[in-house]
Amino acid sequence: MIRISRILVLATLVFAACSTEDDSNGGGNSNDNFDRGAMLANWADNVIVPSFENFQSETQKLEAAAKNFAANPEMSELEALRAQYEDAYLEFQTVSMFQIGKAEELNYRNFLNTYPVNESSLESKIASGEYNLSLPSSFTEQGFPALDYLLYGYGSAEATLEKLGGNENYSNYLVAISERINALTSEVTASWQGDFRDTFVNNTGSSSTGSVDRFTNDYVMYFEKILRSGKIGYPSGALTGTPSPGNAEALYAGISKELYLKAFNSFEDFYKGKTGPSYSQYLDYLGSMKDGSDLDALIRDQFEAIKAQSADLNNNLKSQVESDNTKMLTAFDELQKAVILLKVDMMQSLSTSVDYVDSDGD
Amino acid sequence: MRFSPGKYLKKNTEAAPLAVFRLFFGIMMFASIVRFWLNGWIEKLYIAPKFFFSYYGFEWVKPLGDFTYLIFIICGIAALMVAAGYKYRLAIVLFFLSFTYIELMDKTTYLNHYYFISILSFLMIFLPANVYFSVDAFRDPAKAFQKIPNWCVDSIKLLLGIVYFYAGLAKINSDWLFRAMPLKIWLPSKYDLPLLGDLMQQEWVHYAFSWSGMLYDLFIPFLLLWKKTRFPAFIMVIIFHVLTRVLFPIGMFPYIMIVSALIFFSPKLHHRILKKISGWLKISKQRFDNSRTLVFAGLKQQLSLAVVSVFFIIQISFPWRYLLYPGELFWTEEGFRFSWRVMLMEKAGYAQFKVVDGETGKRFYVDNSDFLTPFQEKQMSFQPDFIIEYAHFLAEHFKKDGHKNIEIYVDSYVALNGRKSAPYIDPEVNLLNFADSFEHKTFILPFNDEIKGL
Repeated sequence: MIRISRILVLATLVFAACSTEDDSNGGGNSNDNFDRGAMLANWADNVIVPSFENFQSETQKLEAAAKNFAANPEMSELEALRAQYEDAYLEFQTVSMFQIGKAEELNYRNFLNTYPVNESSLESKIASGEYNLSLPSSFTEQGFPALDYLLYGYGSAEATLEKLGGNENYSNYLVAISERINALTSEVTASWQGDFRDTFVNNTGSSSTGSVDRFTNDYVMYFEKILRSGKIGYPSGALTGTPSPGNAEALYAGISKELYLKAFNSFEDFYKGKTGPSYSQYLDYLGSMKDGSDLDALIRDQFEAIKAQSADLNNNLKSQVESDNTKMLTAFDELQKAVILLKVDMMQSLSTSVDYVDSDGD
Repeated sequence: MRFSPGKYLKKNTEAAPLAVFRLFFGIMMFASIVRFWLNGWIEKLYIAPKFFFSYYGFEWVKPLGDFTYLIFIICGIAALMVAAGYKYRLAIVLFFLSFTYIELMDKTTYLNHYYFISILSFLMIFLPANVYFSVDAFRDPAKAFQKIPNWCVDSIKLLLGIVYFYAGLAKINSDWLFRAMPLKIWLPSKYDLPLLGDLMQQEWVHYAFSWSGMLYDLFIPFLLLWKKTRFPAFIMVIIFHVLTRVLFPIGMFPYIMIVSALIFFSPKLHHRILKKISGWLKISKQRFDNSRTLVFAGLKQQLSLAVVSVFFIIQISFPWRYLLYPGELFWTEEGFRFSWRVMLMEKAGYAQFKVVDGETGKRFYVDNSDFLTPFQEKQMSFQPDFIIEYAHFLAEHFKKDGHKNIEIYVDSYVALNGRKSAPYIDPEVNLLNFADSFEHKTFILPFNDEIKGL
């Protein structure tokens, strides 16, 4: 008997040691199991890739419009460029949350939408004609906030045309930042159209490096930091106690509410999954085995509350902060309730480890 | 047949089981240290963070920058010396001190397993684990003994028994048994395991695991003690721990427990193991089989027995200290640690700290990622003693930055075992009015549910 037990110990140790590499990507697609592969495929094929493709066509038009204006600095070209800037900025809100893969590697979101813009250093760079837009230190001198400043920051269309039209430094810079927005977007879109899509979809593992875990961390972080803090929290001073309307998005064009709602709706659509399974269905699947409250319904209700409250907001959130900031603070509180549902309850239900902590547990 | 302590203390047994235990313990500890290092965890957990959470009364234990590696080197070498039985007493003291120092540096990384290693190595200081099959005994035949007092081996069994039995007792609660929590959250997320993945989705599996886990923990010490059930019990030990290894990120612990359980077997098995090892190492095992019996006498015996007795009285009573606190243990975590409450909770939290100028009313929120790693933030967000320590740290930090009349408040939410998240700390309370202590923390909001059981 002792002999057997010794053999068993050895066999077990060997078996257990082998099972250390348990980050396997076994499909496990039986019918009574929620299919994460299908969810990832839905995310990639029906949401992420089409969103990037749409946005890319906008950034192409943006680059073209900027070049048009540079070649022919007239009022009609300026108006076309201004309109295209708004269209592209709006479309950007549908991809901003996908900071994973190439976008993460490139620091895509920071290059396209770090605000408020640093006006004085932007002006001095334009005046000198020397700049390197690929430096992280130039986040605040490019992207949509820089376009916003250049296209709307000088006041009326006439004043803007006068400022930009007669000066090659300005039109060169406009072209340079539009080109960069388009180039970065092409790069990210191409990676999704290429290998990255499969890498993403096939990484169905349950470890902290699996796609669902990683994406969920980014997705929730986006809601908390970019949507809640960035668009509402900082301008209203909910986080600092001091309102600073100058921190609103699209400060000069004054379209901040539209951008906020576009971003929020995209986030909600993603949660609901559009044409296929997403978090909503995943939580339903897990919730069906759990007593207590229906988490999916709580989250959907909170999304409705956020949208209902936002009807009270001025189209320009900067003006809203200046005229009646309590409405902004209410908006923040509603968003905050969703943060807790997403970050605490949803992450717990999905058993998603917070970020890539890979140390031992009990 | 009355049990007589005097007679019991005079009983002797073979030293081989304890020697085997020492050898494997040392090797596994060395492997654990190497694994920890290779995983980059020394850097990640003890060097990179800007702030470390201290245990009450051990605020002076901090990582030493790059010298932290030195502590791990000392610990690793000590573990090897323990394995070899070379300058054993010095080695095991060094191991205990360095390992415990490492664990005290930041309570973020607290695990019951680490606490187990700490107290086990403390106990081993007082056991003659080096009198047989060791370098010490090889070099100095005067220190070599084939037999030792029975209690020396039994004390290891008792400690293992306490760990299992208390872990079993802790599982007798309504969340574990009647809601299958937290296994119901954890198991379905293992959908990608080969063979087991689909099974993990079944509700009956969650309940089966919960109940059998409870029964296993409660009864395994007794099944190992009783000769007739020992072998099947050991098979169960292997299956149980391998399963936990496959299902959870649990590191070296399963191997340590499997190997430790060998101590329940008769000396015959241990002699065979040592014979095999002697063969590999080409040393003569006979040299140790000198038939001499180690006798503890006089002061030495009294001192060793006194320390070991006090040690076990503490071990047996300490896990019950939670009864002295009001409120739900899982919610307040007052008296939760050091009590073999393993895998009982899935808890997640969210804590947003607000720094307020008490005079002007000006306020701002803290970005926790400025000060804490994601791991630390996670642990902090649902443990009150972390929250209070962090609040004081924030006050110090912002005072240095020139802020005045600082008050610290926290908006926090915690979800426990699948319940909807609920407010956790009273948001109206200035945390600076409280210092960490063993007293009940009155600023924890009540738990709006009931978990029945021990």
